[in-house]
Order: sequence, then C-alpha cells, then structure tokens
Amino acid sequence: MDVFKNLEDFQMDVLKEVGNIGAGHAATALSTLLDKPIDMLVPKVRMMPFEEICESVGGAETVVLAIFLRVEGDAPGNMFFILHLESAKNMLRNLVGLEIGQDEAYSELELSALNEIGNILAGSYLSSLADFTRLNMSPTVPSLAIDMAGAILSFGLLQFGEMGDQALLIDTKFLEGENEVQGHFFLIPDPESFGKIFTALGVEAP
Amino acid sequence: MIQDNLIKVGMADLNVAHMTGVLKTTGLGSCVGVTLYDSRVKVAGMAHVMLPSSEIAREGSLNIAKYADTAIPELIGRMEKLGAHVSRMEAKLAGGAQMFAFAGNHDTMRIGPRNVESCKEMLKKYNIPIKAEDTGANFGRTIEFDCETGVLSIRSVQQGVKEL
Repeated sequence: MDVFKNLEDFQMDVLKEVGNIGAGHAATALSTLLDKPIDMLVPKVRMMPFEEICESVGGAETVVLAIFLRVEGDAPGNMFFILHLESAKNMLRNLVGLEIGQDEAYSELELSALNEIGNILAGSYLSSLADFTRLNMSPTVPSLAIDMAGAILSFGLLQFGEMGDQALLIDTKFLEGENEVQGHFFLIPDPESFGKIFTALGVEAP
Repeated sequence: MIQDNLIKVGMADLNVAHMTGVLKTTGLGSCVGVTLYDSRVKVAGMAHVMLPSSEIAREGSLNIAKYADTAIPELIGRMEKLGAHVSRMEAKLAGGAQMFAFAGNHDTMRIGPRNVESCKEMLKKYNIPIKAEDTGANFGRTIEFDCETGVLSIRSVQQGVKEL
C-alpha cells in the first residue's frame, strides 16, 4: 500500500491522462447517443478514504443508479458509471424512440436501455485505454443496480480493502450543457494493475 | 426522525454504546453489520465487517474492524470492558448482499455470503446465539441499533424500514 503514498506528481499526471483519454472517448460516445454536447471535468486522481469516495457522489446513503463492470485482461480492475436518478431519466428522455414514464420506477425496457448505454460507454472508455497503453483490457457484461452509493461502491473497493482503508481511483465527472444529465466514471484498477499501466506507458513504476 | 445521540460506525469500523445511544452504519452492501447486545447491562456493539478473513490481508497495519475473524473478538472485548458478559450476548446480522448478480466465478462476486458465513462461524465459536438476521439478497441496507431496547432497524431502498 505504501507504494501508492509515494506516487510522484508526474505519475499522478499519467493516471489523469488515462482518465482523460478513456472518459473523453466515453463522453464523445454519450454525446453522439444523446445528440447533445457533453462536457467533462479534469479527472481527479487521488488516494481517497472509502468514506470520502461515497461523499463524492452525495454520501453513502444517496440512491444512485450504477452500471458496474469488471475489467479483465492485463490490467484488471473495476469500473462504475454512476448517475443520479433524475439524470438517468433525463438521459432516457433524450434517446429517440423510448416512451419514458413520469414516475420514479424503471421499466424493464428502460433498464435494458441504460445497461446498453453503460456497455457502450465503458466499451469506448476501455478500448481507447487499451489502444493507448497497448494492454489487453476487456469489459465483462455490465450489471445495473439502483441502490445506496455506499452499498454499491464498497463492492468495487474490496481489492483495496485487503490492503488498507483507502483506494486509488480515477474519477471523471461529466455533464451535459444544461445540467440535465451528469454523472461519474470511476475506474478503480486493482492495486497490482497500476504497475502494469505505468510500465506500458514507459513510466517508471513506483 | 433526527437522532441526537447517534454513534456513527464507518466502513470497516466498530463502536460500542452503554445505556443510551443509537449505533448506526450506512450503506451496507456486501459488507455485514454485526450487532451484539447484553440486555442485562444494556451494552451494545456494532461492527461494519468488509471482508471475511484477515488471512488475506496485505496491509501493513491491520485494521481489525475490517475482518470478521478479528472484528468480532475485538467487539466482545470492548463490550466486556463496559461490563457486558459474552455468555449473555445476543447477535443480530444484516447485510451481506450480492449487489451485482452476474455470471462470474470470481471469488469476490460471492463476497457477501462469504462475509455472513464467516461472521456466523465466529459467533458460534463464542457461543453467541443469533437472534435475528436480514442478510443476502441484492440490495443495500442502512442499520440503526438502539442501545436501550436492543432493537435493530434496517432501512433499504426497495423495502423501507423493518425492525428486528
């Protein structure tokens, strides 16, 4: 775990660039899907205590919609695409050909559409990352949950849990121009994967 | 309902209360909330267990509240310091869900059920009876344990509040 405390600034910058490229492609894909411009913020890369990770999406009890998938291949890890509930509904409304109910519940079709969006976005995040690093990275079939942020995110922190009470993650927030849709991409590489990402990019691993 | 005597238990954390106070932990997914209670002296304890066994730990300084096999003995010890006795303790369990149901034989996918099993094993070792449990399924839970009454209330997004 200690190795992560000694990451140099430029190593953090490399991880930020990883987030930038991945989320950039995913944001472009989302923009195409919705036919609206999507902005994204500079990725945050930091060792964060577990509690603080939940705070970044509104607290452990906030109900969010999350699409989770496991990254397999050379640099395994966990990936989340997190939306607040209103954002998810707004996103569906922007998709052509879907009748969206006004109530809070989600129909089978809506959930399936969200799952597919998650699949497309994660796919573009990972494939751009794989091109950039020349590492083999492939997503598992995505899985969707609507539940408390704490319950959802803790699942992606288990690999870090074996090593300490903090996790290193790449958090990219994106938003649509009129603030109708906003969400987060979290990429949480397994602790062992960081070395591989650094080596692949020609940066000395810590 | 606003509780002014809430005692927060974070992720991979544990805490105890005596006479008054409500122990609370939020957003249990695959983690398990274990509560112990000695009703005679009104001493309560709660642990938010994240992983089943400290054998897999690779951290420098072990956080004993994180693992089932270390958190439960520590919780018992802390409660005994407040006058509780292990022979009078009763346990309640909540959490241990499988948040994402997808095909995968990776072991972490079954972490919720494994956490529950490991907690039960530890409780058996200390001969602590399990009075109630709400474990498994695929949803998150927030739990509050009232030190005065020994009532455990469990809140979830889909099922509202239920008391054990």
